[in-house]
Amino acid sequence: MNLARAELRRLVKRRVTRWLLLLVVAVLGLLVVSEWSSSEKLDEAALRSAQVQAQRDYEQARRDYDLFLPEQIAECERAQRAGGPGAEGWPADCQEVAAWGPRPEDFRAEFYLPRTFEFRWRFEEMATPFAWLLAMFAFFVAASYVGAEWRSGGMANLLLWRPRRAGVLGTKLAALMVGLTAAVVGLSALWTAALWWVAVNRGITSTMTPDAWRSFGLTGLRVLALVLVAGVVGFAVASLGRHTAAALGTAIAAFVVGVGGVSALVHSVGVRFPDRWLWPMYMQAWLERSVELFDFRAGCPASGPCEPETYVITWQMAGLGMAGLVVLLVGAAMWHMRSRDVT
Amino acid sequence: MDAVVEIRGLRKAYRTWRGGRRQALDGFDMEVAPGQVHGFLGPNGSGKTTTLRALLGLVAANAGRMRLFGREVPAALPEVAGQVGAIVESPQFFGNFSARETLTLLATAGGVARTRVDEVLELVGLRERARERVKSYSLGMKQRLAVASALLKRPRLLILDEPANGLDPAGIREMRDLMRGLAAQGTTVLLSSHILSEVQQICDTVTIISLGRRVVTGPVAEVLAAHATGDVLVRLESPADHDTAARVLREAGATVTVRDDHLLVHRPERAAWVTRTLARRDLYVAELSPVGVDLESVFLELTGTTPVAGRPRQVDESVAVDTTAGTEVAR
Repeated sequence: MNLARAELRRLVKRRVTRWLLLLVVAVLGLLVVSEWSSSEKLDEAALRSAQVQAQRDYEQARRDYDLFLPEQIAECERAQRAGGPGAEGWPADCQEVAAWGPRPEDFRAEFYLPRTFEFRWRFEEMATPFAWLLAMFAFFVAASYVGAEWRSGGMANLLLWRPRRAGVLGTKLAALMVGLTAAVVGLSALWTAALWWVAVNRGITSTMTPDAWRSFGLTGLRVLALVLVAGVVGFAVASLGRHTAAALGTAIAAFVVGVGGVSALVHSVGVRFPDRWLWPMYMQAWLERSVELFDFRAGCPASGPCEPETYVITWQMAGLGMAGLVVLLVGAAMWHMRSRDVT
Repeated sequence: MDAVVEIRGLRKAYRTWRGGRRQALDGFDMEVAPGQVHGFLGPNGSGKTTTLRALLGLVAANAGRMRLFGREVPAALPEVAGQVGAIVESPQFFGNFSARETLTLLATAGGVARTRVDEVLELVGLRERARERVKSYSLGMKQRLAVASALLKRPRLLILDEPANGLDPAGIREMRDLMRGLAAQGTTVLLSSHILSEVQQICDTVTIISLGRRVVTGPVAEVLAAHATGDVLVRLESPADHDTAARVLREAGATVTVRDDHLLVHRPERAAWVTRTLARRDLYVAELSPVGVDLESVFLELTGTTPVAGRPRQVDESVAVDTTAGTEVAR
């Protein structure tokens, strides 16, 4: 317990932790400001203005079309007289061309409304960038937390006090998880409050239901799990390499090789659903419950709707993959910690 | 009384990048009795730090037995670690923390009262600089901090690897006094150092290691006595008589070396014989004294690392002890 308390204190006192946390808050703040400045509250005046604009645009489009209509009808009739492939696409009765013009429903008032912040949909959409940002924060904080300890000789120092190596590494990891959970919970609360405030002042909150809140809660839990997994991966890789750079190098390799390289390879080989081999798709599926991939290469039938084959990545598949990765990396880090010399 | 540190037949080999093995320890033995300051000496790469790391559980030995306070280590390290304070190699700390934060975190992790932090800061002379970041510290200050961290848990055994490294002359003296004071209070100190004059002054006993094997061990005075040459330094009233005196002594059967301002008579039977022999020829001795031996010369002799002018010595060039034959073989 003493060690856990000391490790938690060390984590919080580290400059990297504080600066990265500040950076995350700043980026989230920018996103909130951006949403605030690009959204407007919908009131009666805005609605009336949109209706007037929609009507005006419809009438203008109608007038433009009516000017063009005689020429269209004449062209239709010429094509019908000539027959052959040129007649295809024209109605049998050329007067029907008049019906092809703009319709009032094409100029709905809601299309002319200013952008508003509808909490229910926008909050869900913004969960993905929020989760990615926090996951990156967790990865770097975790990697630096244990990597700097190895590099500075602090780990060897600590082992002189606490010789049970697996216990030391496990306690450090546990302290990190507690710290990251606190950070995610705190930042999520701030984020939700800030977006709610934007919605109250520049948008709509009335569409929220108990089910929607429950769904947000589940999304929050998935965000927390993703952030903790990112932290574990950063911690374990830096511990295996005994240096922060080991984790940073692995992260770069994960993007360059694991996304760029694999993408180029699977596309060149021509496998079906090539995106299923890219790990970010699984992260997206985890956050958004599922991701549907399409295969358009089979081609569409000559007639009828085009329905490409699909492949669905579910959050369960992503969860299984993440759990496997965590078990593998933590196991390797523990084995490495116990069996390798500290020189 | 049981030894505080007991090492028997310790072996450790490191794998090299090319798949080879480098034998760092090759059946090393050492024993440190309670309450002593024990010097642990050896040339660079002889296995001193590997021994200390193995003793502290940082590296795994390939063979041999180690005991601390009579308990087998590394198995019993969790039980005895609280009684052992150690610095191994150069002190390394997290640069962005202050000395106080560093020690407070260690104290928290080890369940030591925080008041002890102030005590050890005072003891090593860092009280006034305790709030500064460690990265702004000089090597000597980092060394003091390392000693402070080792003292934090009031150890019964203090293991110090080059504690005087980077210290100024006053700091070296303070460190010497500190070690002596701790030993007087019953703390056993195992001191690895290359400052042999310091070791000679501080230590009660000494172990010298070369190429992973023990070369010699025992009380410092006995080690020095065993390697005393028995040579005698002779000065005459008139330095102009030195050549004549050398001839007289050689004629009487002595081996003599003439130096700039004195003669060196090698292992005379008795010092009085030198005086008598010269006096018979009206040559009168102004000074006659046995040539003293110091730990440095013993160390250089035993490890075979005496510098030879014009021939740079390589790191692993030292004496390998043939343990089976009980002889020393120069490499």
